Amino acid sequence: MSILVYTEAESGKLKKNAFEAASYAYKVAGEMGTEVTAISFNVSDNSDLGKYGVSKVLKVEDEKLKTFHARAYASAIAEAVKKVGAQVVILSSSTDSKYLGGLLAGMLKAGYVPNAVAAPDSVQPMVVKRMAFSNKGFAHTEINTDIKIIGVSNNAFGIIENSTSLQEESFSPEAGEKDFATRSVEVDKVVGEVTIADADIVVSAGRGLKGPENWGMIEELAEVLGAATACSKPVSDMGWRSHGEHVGQTGKPVASNLYIAIGISGAIQHLAGVSASKVKVVINTDPEAPFFKAADYGIVGDAFEVVPKLIEKLKEFKAQNA
Amino acid sequence: MNILVCISNVPDTTSKINFTQDNTKFDPTGVQFVINPNDEFGLTRAMWFKEKQGATVHVATVGGPNVESTMRKALAIGADEGIRINAEPTDGYFVAQQLAEVIKNGGYDLIIAGRESIDYNGGMVPGIIAATLDINFVNTCIGLEIEGENVKAIREIDGGKETLETSLPLIIGGQKGLVEESDLRIPNMRGIMMARQKKLNVLEPVDSDHATTDKSFDKPAPKGPVKLVDAENVEELIDLLHNEAKVI
Repeated sequence: MSILVYTEAESGKLKKNAFEAASYAYKVAGEMGTEVTAISFNVSDNSDLGKYGVSKVLKVEDEKLKTFHARAYASAIAEAVKKVGAQVVILSSSTDSKYLGGLLAGMLKAGYVPNAVAAPDSVQPMVVKRMAFSNKGFAHTEINTDIKIIGVSNNAFGIIENSTSLQEESFSPEAGEKDFATRSVEVDKVVGEVTIADADIVVSAGRGLKGPENWGMIEELAEVLGAATACSKPVSDMGWRSHGEHVGQTGKPVASNLYIAIGISGAIQHLAGVSASKVKVVINTDPEAPFFKAADYGIVGDAFEVVPKLIEKLKEFKAQNA
Repeated sequence: MNILVCISNVPDTTSKINFTQDNTKFDPTGVQFVINPNDEFGLTRAMWFKEKQGATVHVATVGGPNVESTMRKALAIGADEGIRINAEPTDGYFVAQQLAEVIKNGGYDLIIAGRESIDYNGGMVPGIIAATLDINFVNTCIGLEIEGENVKAIREIDGGKETLETSLPLIIGGQKGLVEESDLRIPNMRGIMMARQKKLNVLEPVDSDHATTDKSFDKPAPKGPVKLVDAENVEELIDLLHNEAKVI
């Protein structure tokens, strides 16, 4: 009996969401009176997992599994579940983890609750509060199966230190031919840039910017803050920015600590998609824009005047607080 | 090529969400239902395969008689035939088992589902079907080309995209990018008339477990009023974000 957490990595390094998933797993394990086992793929240094409550890590070191491969990773995790007798599997809410979630639910015949926004309401029975209706509501969902899968919403639980002594064990899953029937041929990803999924701060802009040529100041503001850039649906529909930046109900969800909306009026679909962000700032010329009702802080003003000033003052602030 | 598009009947994106029966049920009063947006991008891509590569396109859903208007819309857009599994879509695992049965019996080469439905946001149905039927699966799919058995698919990843090669039979979890927003079709009068003649088969559900149960719902706590900062005084905003909100 154990809790198994899939700790995600990129280029051999554990990601921030791995520590949040581990923290969540530790909480669940405590309530169930058991311990946390992690599974990691080709991670060079797993020792940080011990800081967040992991007692044992199953280390997969296999050239074939060097980069994410949904089916093969899911098979390996399912094998690990059986090996350690895990009753609960914890995932994050990254694109890759959500890819795995459905596959694992099918392989393990397990109930899967993605987008969990808090520690379980109870573990016996297992009831988990999760996002529903694209953040317009929450569901308290009971998992009825013996093996249970929970996907932790980004930034919802937090990274919590719990020092444990970490035991490392090599694990060689039996990957079959069939596991590699879908092959990655090319990954097109900007290296070194903060992604919306991982960002603590997201700077987002809408139609109020008037044209794609005006995004320079948005990118500069994001750079000063170490933030990811995002945009509203009309902006991506008009091709001003790529689809990958579209946040909202039909785009990407945002769950950052700070979300800054510039020239975005705040359609209900947009507000739903960003509502999981902890603090929201709006900058808009129209004081009646619906976003002012959803925001914590607001400036009524012209983005073309406010944003450059904000960049200048933030640079001074960063220089003083460096 | 035989394509099955799996469709979910969901509240329109502009809907206000309310719950009823002591917050144990979604309240559909006054709500307009539509084809789940992620599914509609997939359906539109399926129309492209029909028109350019001679594919046949069936649509399937799990739901009561109330979902038939959404099914008729899918038929009016151009799907050839509809299948409704007559059961409440209570949880993702159950829905996936129902659709898997239809897929197994229907001999489909390509199954198109949405990345997630915008109501319960489970995002698990295509993955569970893939695992249950042991077929290839590409999630968050934003590009799909098929030549014979060979498939080139593009999936969205955090911060970019990945190109994959795979083969039929395949299931995808689709989203915007499969086609553009401007490619979506509004059914015309001829399509609507023809849809009335098309077959909409009703099947009874197969036995399956309900892996999860939504016990109750609630809504986000109401927000306090926004704190306004003068446009001439952006330092105050920085101060508030640093000292009060503690986010920078």
